[in-house]
Amino acid sequence: MSPEASAAPTTSVTGAPVTGHPAGGATPGATTDPGAATSSPAARRSGAFATPAARRRWWLTYLGVTGLAVCFAVGILVWKNPMEPGSRGFWLIAQRRLDAVVAMIVVAVCQAMATVAFQTATGNRIITPSIMGFESLYRAIQTATIFFFGATGLTATRTVPAFALRLALMVGLSLLLYSWLLTGGARNLYSMLLIGIVIGSALGSLTTFMQRLLTPSEFDLLSARLFGSIANADPDYYPIAIPLALAASAALLLYSRLLNVLALGRDTATGLGLNHTRATIGVLVLVSVLMATSTALVGPMTFLGFLVATLSYQLSGTYDHRYLFPMAASLGLLVLTGAYFIMRHVFYAQGVVSIIIELVGGSVFVIVVLRRGRL
Amino acid sequence: MALLGLSLATGQYSILSHADGWEMFRNVRVPRTLALVLAGAAMSMSGLVMQLITQNRFVEPTTTGTTEWAGLGLLAVMVVFPRASVLGRMAGAVMAAFLGTTVFFLLLRRVSLRSSLLVPIIGMMLGAVVSAVSTFFALQTDMLQSLGVWFQGSFTSVYRGQYEVLWIVVGVVAAIFHYADHLTAVGLGQDVATNIGVDYRRTVLIGTALVAVATGTVTVVVGSLPFLGLIVPNLVSMRRGDDLRSNLPWVCLVGIGLITACDLLARTIIAPFEIPVAVVLGLVGAAVFIALIIRQTGRGGA
Repeated sequence: MSPEASAAPTTSVTGAPVTGHPAGGATPGATTDPGAATSSPAARRSGAFATPAARRRWWLTYLGVTGLAVCFAVGILVWKNPMEPGSRGFWLIAQRRLDAVVAMIVVAVCQAMATVAFQTATGNRIITPSIMGFESLYRAIQTATIFFFGATGLTATRTVPAFALRLALMVGLSLLLYSWLLTGGARNLYSMLLIGIVIGSALGSLTTFMQRLLTPSEFDLLSARLFGSIANADPDYYPIAIPLALAASAALLLYSRLLNVLALGRDTATGLGLNHTRATIGVLVLVSVLMATSTALVGPMTFLGFLVATLSYQLSGTYDHRYLFPMAASLGLLVLTGAYFIMRHVFYAQGVVSIIIELVGGSVFVIVVLRRGRL
Repeated sequence: MALLGLSLATGQYSILSHADGWEMFRNVRVPRTLALVLAGAAMSMSGLVMQLITQNRFVEPTTTGTTEWAGLGLLAVMVVFPRASVLGRMAGAVMAAFLGTTVFFLLLRRVSLRSSLLVPIIGMMLGAVVSAVSTFFALQTDMLQSLGVWFQGSFTSVYRGQYEVLWIVVGVVAAIFHYADHLTAVGLGQDVATNIGVDYRRTVLIGTALVAVATGTVTVVVGSLPFLGLIVPNLVSMRRGDDLRSNLPWVCLVGIGLITACDLLARTIIAPFEIPVAVVLGLVGAAVFIALIIRQTGRGGA
C-alpha cells in the first residue's frame, strides 16, 4: 500500500524520554551520511519529535489518515456494485475498479513525495514541481498527436511504447535543465525554475495554436485528455509506471536523512559535510522522474501535490522527512480516493473530480501565500 | 527599429492591394495597423508601469495573472449575459483585471521576498489558479475551445466596426504620460516618493487602474499578448536608464515596432494563412525573457 515499512523510526529517544527538551530540533544528531551507525546510546539525543506526545499524535494521525484512505479505496471497489458479493460478475467489476485505485495510489505517492522533496530542495514551501513545464509538455505532446495524426492517432497512441516515449521526453527535458544548472549556466535555483516555466509557457502558446485548428469533435476528444483524470490511466502502463514510481520513492525515502540536512539551507548543510549542489540535483532528478510518471499516467495535476504537502506539514509537527513522506503519501491517497468516492456516490459528478481538487488546492495556495510573511 | 517595423507594415498592405484594394485597405488594413499600434503601445506601457510599482524587473500582465483575470472576467460576462456588447464584455474584463492586479500588489506589499525571481513564479502560479477557475466554467458551458481562441492574441478578427474600442487605450497612454513623474517617484519606493511629495497610495491605485483598463481592453479585442510588457521596458531601460518621462515615447515605439514585426512574421510564414501573433510573440518573448534571467543572475544579483 504505502511504503511505511521502511519508514520505521530508528532514532527513537532511547532510555528515559527527556521531557521538556528544548525545541525539537530537525536534526537527529550525527546523521550527515545516511546509514551510518549513530553514536553511543548513552548520549542525550533529540529525535524527530519534541515530546513523546507529539510522536504518539503523529502515529495516531497517520494511522487515521491511512485507515480512512483504505476505507475509501475499499468503498470505491465494493460500493454500489450491482452484482452479488462473491459472484464472478462482482469480481470482474471490482477488478476494473481496482485498476482505478491502483492509478490513484501511484499518482498519490508520486505527487506527494515529489512535492515534499522539491520544496525541501528549493528551500521554499510555496512552489510546486508541477510548474516546471511538465504539464505544458504533456499538453503539447497530446495536442501534437491529434494534430498530426487525427483522432485515430490519439487512440493509436494509447500504447506502452508511446507512454514510455512520453516519459522519456519529460525526464529528458528536465535533466537538460538541471545539467545546465550543474554546469553553472544558471547559477541560481530560482532562475532555473523560472526558465522552466517560461519554456513551458512558450510551449503552451504553440499548443493553443494547434488547438485552434482542430475540429470541435477532435477537440472534445483531446480535452478529455488534457485534464488530469484517473480515467486516463491504462492498466497496460502499470508495468512501467509502478516500478518507476516505487524505485524513485524508495530512493527518496532512503535519502530522508540527507533531505533533513538539505532542509537546513546551503551553508549549514555544507558545514555538515554535504555537497549541497550535488544533493540538490540528485533530489531534483528523482522528483522529475516521479512527476513525469504521474503526468504521463493520468495527465496534469497542478495543485494536488501542493495541497497534500501543505496539509502534511500541518499535521506532522516535525521536520523529519522520514515522517513527512509517508504522511504526505497517505494524505494524497485520502484526497484522491475520498474525492472520487464522494463525487461518484454523493454528487454523481465523476468527471470534475480533478478540477475540484485543483480548485481546492489553488485556494489553499492563495491562502498560504497570503498568510506567510516571507517567501 | 520602430521606423523599420512601421515601414515594413506599410509595405505589406500596398503590395497586396487588389482592384478594390482601396476599400479593403480602409476596412481591414488600416484598422489592423492601428490596432497593432494601440495594442503594442498599451501592453508595453502596462508592463512598464507595473515594473515601476512593484520595483521588480520581471513583472508584467502575463507574469502576474492580470491577463488570466481579464479572461475570467470576460468569460463571466459571456456566461451571465451571452448577448453582451463588446463594451459590456470589456467592462467585465477590466474590472476583473483590476481586482486581480490589486490582489497581487497587496500580496507583494505584505510578503517580503528573498529573490526577485520569485515574484513571477508566484504570479504565474496565481495565474494558474485563475485559469483553473476559467477552465472549470468553460467546461461547464462548453466554451473551452472558443476560450482558447479568444485568449490567444491575434489581429485576424480586427476590422472596421470591431476594433474601435481600442481607442480607449489612447486615453490610458495619455494618462500614463501625464502621471509619468509621479510613477517614476513611486518606482523609487514608498519612503522616497512620500518624501518628495507624491501621494504614494493614490498613484499606485491610479497606475493599477490604468494597467487594468489597458489589459482588459486589449484582451477583449485582441487576446493576450505574452511577454510584450516584459521585453520592451527592459530593453529600453538597458539602453536609456529609468527616467519614465523620457523613456515613454521610446517604450511606445519599441513596443509598436516589436509587435508589428511579430505580426508581419505571423502573416508571412505560412501565407496565405496566418499564425496568431501570440505564438510568435510567445516564442520570441520566451527567448528574450530567458536571456534577461541569465543576465540578471550572471551579474551576481538575484
